[in-house]
Amino acid sequence: MPKAIVYLNQFFGQIGGEDVADHEPEIRDEKVGAAMLYDQLLDGEVSHTIICGDNFVGSNEEEAIDRILGFLEDKEFDIFFAGPAFQAGRYGNACGSIGKAVKKEYDVPVISSMNIENPGVEMFKKDIYIFPGGQSAAKMKEDVTKMVEFGNKILNDEKLLPAEEEGYYKRGIRHQYFLPDETPAYERAVDMLLKKINDEEFTSELPIPELDTVDIADPVANLSEATVALVTSGGIVPVENPDQIQSASATRWGKYYIEDVNRLKNRRSEAFKTIHAGYDPAAADTDPNRVVPVDAMRKYEREGKIGNLYKYFYSTVGTGTSQNEAARMGEEIAQELQEDGVQAVILTST
Amino acid sequence: MVKEIERTGIPVVQMANLIPVAKTVGANRIVPTISIPYPLGDPSTSEDEQWKLRYHRVGVALDALTTDIDEQTVFDVEI
Repeated sequence: MPKAIVYLNQFFGQIGGEDVADHEPEIRDEKVGAAMLYDQLLDGEVSHTIICGDNFVGSNEEEAIDRILGFLEDKEFDIFFAGPAFQAGRYGNACGSIGKAVKKEYDVPVISSMNIENPGVEMFKKDIYIFPGGQSAAKMKEDVTKMVEFGNKILNDEKLLPAEEEGYYKRGIRHQYFLPDETPAYERAVDMLLKKINDEEFTSELPIPELDTVDIADPVANLSEATVALVTSGGIVPVENPDQIQSASATRWGKYYIEDVNRLKNRRSEAFKTIHAGYDPAAADTDPNRVVPVDAMRKYEREGKIGNLYKYFYSTVGTGTSQNEAARMGEEIAQELQEDGVQAVILTST
Repeated sequence: MVKEIERTGIPVVQMANLIPVAKTVGANRIVPTISIPYPLGDPSTSEDEQWKLRYHRVGVALDALTTDIDEQTVFDVEI
């Protein structure tokens, strides 16, 4: 019977939440949490579950990969599943980097699932099969079912169709493939050309990926006279959260006056805290300068390295935040900074 | 957000722990931080160590803002 191994993070591996996101990689010869669902649906069995904290992978990626590849050295397995990671960026990053390494080292099919907004999709869709998934664990069953159905096709040696038909994100890999109706390439090319000439819609068989990059801004010419602003996606706000910025999937941002502030005071002093729901708030609540380094900027201001620190810092929450909302908020913030003559920005993210 | 700021012509440096994510979202100047929940100061180390690390990395970020680059660049940190 074919064997599968499943990769889960600390949460879905039932270790705990954000407070144990540093959990070191481990392997168990049993089905933990979501691994049981895979086992039920698979034409085979799940032999092991690998569990690792998202922050552990984020901060020690090489070590995490080495250790996990080490776990797999003496295991026999035919397929590897990671996730689903839903809209969780760090989990997507973990599923992608571990999955890519497993694929490379052991050459087995690796299947994951992520929401379109998960940055892991762009990062790893070329390396492993990633199916579009829901935003949260409410879609667990649906997402796992999609992954396993495709896995079963591979295990049963069924004919695999192009990405659009199987449903996973396009990897940009080309295969030799004969259309069911056997229309040869020259006829299809001439058909497309005619459609183009007649201004009709046609679908290219060789799409060029769109890259949305921005030009690199020129460096600051004279930093010692420049106004520099701090911006964060780490959710640092005054304790009463006056702008009611959401803890996840934010659509609002705030700016907070720090003209006379030498260092951000903490939650206990009823000054600043984090409302970000995507990481353990303890360290940021105790010392918000760990996320928005006002204290270090003031020192550089006194030393004359920068002209001055801009009188507001800007904050929002970057977890589950859609790319469209992030772009809109970024645009609004950028416009204010530009109008107020800010010449450079440090953006801290968590 | 980083892209929208850069689009206006204001140079921006992103301080981030997940470097590959920062690259994917299109940050051009990137300085690594030490973790996700405490980017610039590990609570298990002394106040002095945290301050030195934060002062150093913010300094690297400021230097990055004055550096001419022609591709996405991750700047080296020493502590």
